[in-house]
Amino acid sequence: MCAVRGLSKTYPAVRGRRGAPGTPEVRATDDVTLDIRRGEIFGLLGPNGAGKSTLVRQLTGLMRPDAGSVEILGHDIVRHPERAARILAYLGQESSALDELTVSLAAETTARLRGLDLRDARAERDAVLDELGLTAIAGRALKKLSGGQRRLACVAAALVGERSLLVLDEPTTGMDPVARRAVWSAVDRRRAERGSTVLLVTHNVIEAETVLDRVAVLDQGKVIACDTPAGLKEQVAGEVRVELVWREKPPLDVPEVAALRDRAVESGRRWTLRLAPEEARVAVATVTGGAAFAALDDFTLATPSLEDVYLALGGNAQGLVKA
Amino acid sequence: MSVVSADVLPSGPLAVPEAVGTGAAELGPKARLWPSMAAVYRAQLSRARVARIPLLFVATFQSVGILIMMRGVVDGGSHDARFVVAGSSVLVVAYVGLNLLAQYFGQLRGSGGLDHYATLPVPPAAVVLGAAGAYASFTVPGTALTAVFGCVLFGLPMGNIWILAAVIPLAGAALAGLGAALGLLAPRPELATLLGQLGMSAALLLGVLPADRMPDAVRFLRDLVPSTYGVEAFAQTFAAHPDWALVLGDLAVCAGVGVVSLAVAAWAYRRAAVR
Repeated sequence: MCAVRGLSKTYPAVRGRRGAPGTPEVRATDDVTLDIRRGEIFGLLGPNGAGKSTLVRQLTGLMRPDAGSVEILGHDIVRHPERAARILAYLGQESSALDELTVSLAAETTARLRGLDLRDARAERDAVLDELGLTAIAGRALKKLSGGQRRLACVAAALVGERSLLVLDEPTTGMDPVARRAVWSAVDRRRAERGSTVLLVTHNVIEAETVLDRVAVLDQGKVIACDTPAGLKEQVAGEVRVELVWREKPPLDVPEVAALRDRAVESGRRWTLRLAPEEARVAVATVTGGAAFAALDDFTLATPSLEDVYLALGGNAQGLVKA
Repeated sequence: MSVVSADVLPSGPLAVPEAVGTGAAELGPKARLWPSMAAVYRAQLSRARVARIPLLFVATFQSVGILIMMRGVVDGGSHDARFVVAGSSVLVVAYVGLNLLAQYFGQLRGSGGLDHYATLPVPPAAVVLGAAGAYASFTVPGTALTAVFGCVLFGLPMGNIWILAAVIPLAGAALAGLGAALGLLAPRPELATLLGQLGMSAALLLGVLPADRMPDAVRFLRDLVPSTYGVEAFAQTFAAHPDWALVLGDLAVCAGVGVVSLAVAAWAYRRAAVR
């Protein structure tokens, strides 16, 4: 469906001016190779600045790569970027082109610009607004809506008119659970009824685990892993995540706790440890019994998540969202 | 495209292996020029509901203010009065068409909003012409109001005021085309704003004041500003016996500048959309 080979893009270094430091050269995508299959929901996961959006902009014909090729449904997008608009629908992070339109006109105009005639555009508009629960606010300008509602209206504009590939860059940002569910069921319906393929950009690990068929993990412009969420998690199956929250200070006078400290990632009162199951059992026994228990506020024991995979692969997970 | 109906897709991950050797898939339809231009025009026009004050009122207040101010130094019914009234009226077109449109496209480009249009199969000319047309339309009430108010204030005949029906679209094409081109070519939104402001200032300073008192260098500069030809055409029609050939000539210059600047803007759009 979509084949990416050796895609690279380097942003040139910016020379510092008075008062503003320069930035060094950045390899936003570094020799990226991917295959997206027809009908799957494929995810790009990584923290801010990992190169997800740059990669997507190259796939949608918005940016020319320095090297490499992008082929979507047999069309060379690097050579013919204008064809991308006739194959895919793109939801970017910006809504400034639609901000001053009403929800209804934003969807209708987008449908018309996607080549539909007036009657079809209006029928599609009504169907999509109904599907996403936007009919009640159809007459309001996007600018006057809350962030989540505005994002939902942009999703409506992206979904209007049929496309084989949907490229969605963080579609559910700022949405409440009801709106999120509406988006995912609308996406699922397009896949089931029309065989649409979805390329999803996210930095939300929970979302990635629940909606994606396969996921490519990006770090500093490189694909560091690509598999199903379950397949990726198997890589760290031998580990258990232990989280300890101390009341005030960790009881470092307990020798077992002091020993654990070297392996913990500390953030405020919270310690996160990745341990083998046997070690985890011992650690939990230590902190829940004896002197350490008095200092303990809370603890959790969990099987690994995609965040753990990301860390195990050597990524810097600080920009990932767990909600 | 591998043609597999949804029914045969496995229920797990719905991915299916790619069919080999089927060649390139059929592309979706292209949006044709006129329907998509109409859609962009209509969408842009509707923005006036949300941004009514900057798009419709500010320019009119400014021009009416200039008329009142100039009434103190220019005699009613005089030759100079024609230029003051014509200049203030065309200034509305310069403010909205050139200045505001340059700002709009500058901001759209700077914020990444152009991506929305660039990922739709719409001809660049449709986006540029639709937006420029809408901005030219925003100037109609303000220009007409300024012209009527000016005629009353300076005691000028209103018999030929219908010429605005030609001046507004043609000066609008020239100035909005220029505004769109500047907005899309400026590397940063602040520069687009600055260029739009400068263009409007030029139209103000060189359009409202009568040309015969200007030094040669300034008069040459005045000839370079497209709004001048709109002002000249309109001012001419206040005469007892207007020279219609001259009016037509001036309007033709506006039309020519309009065609060239809109073409440049469409080219600049294409360039700005794919980086």
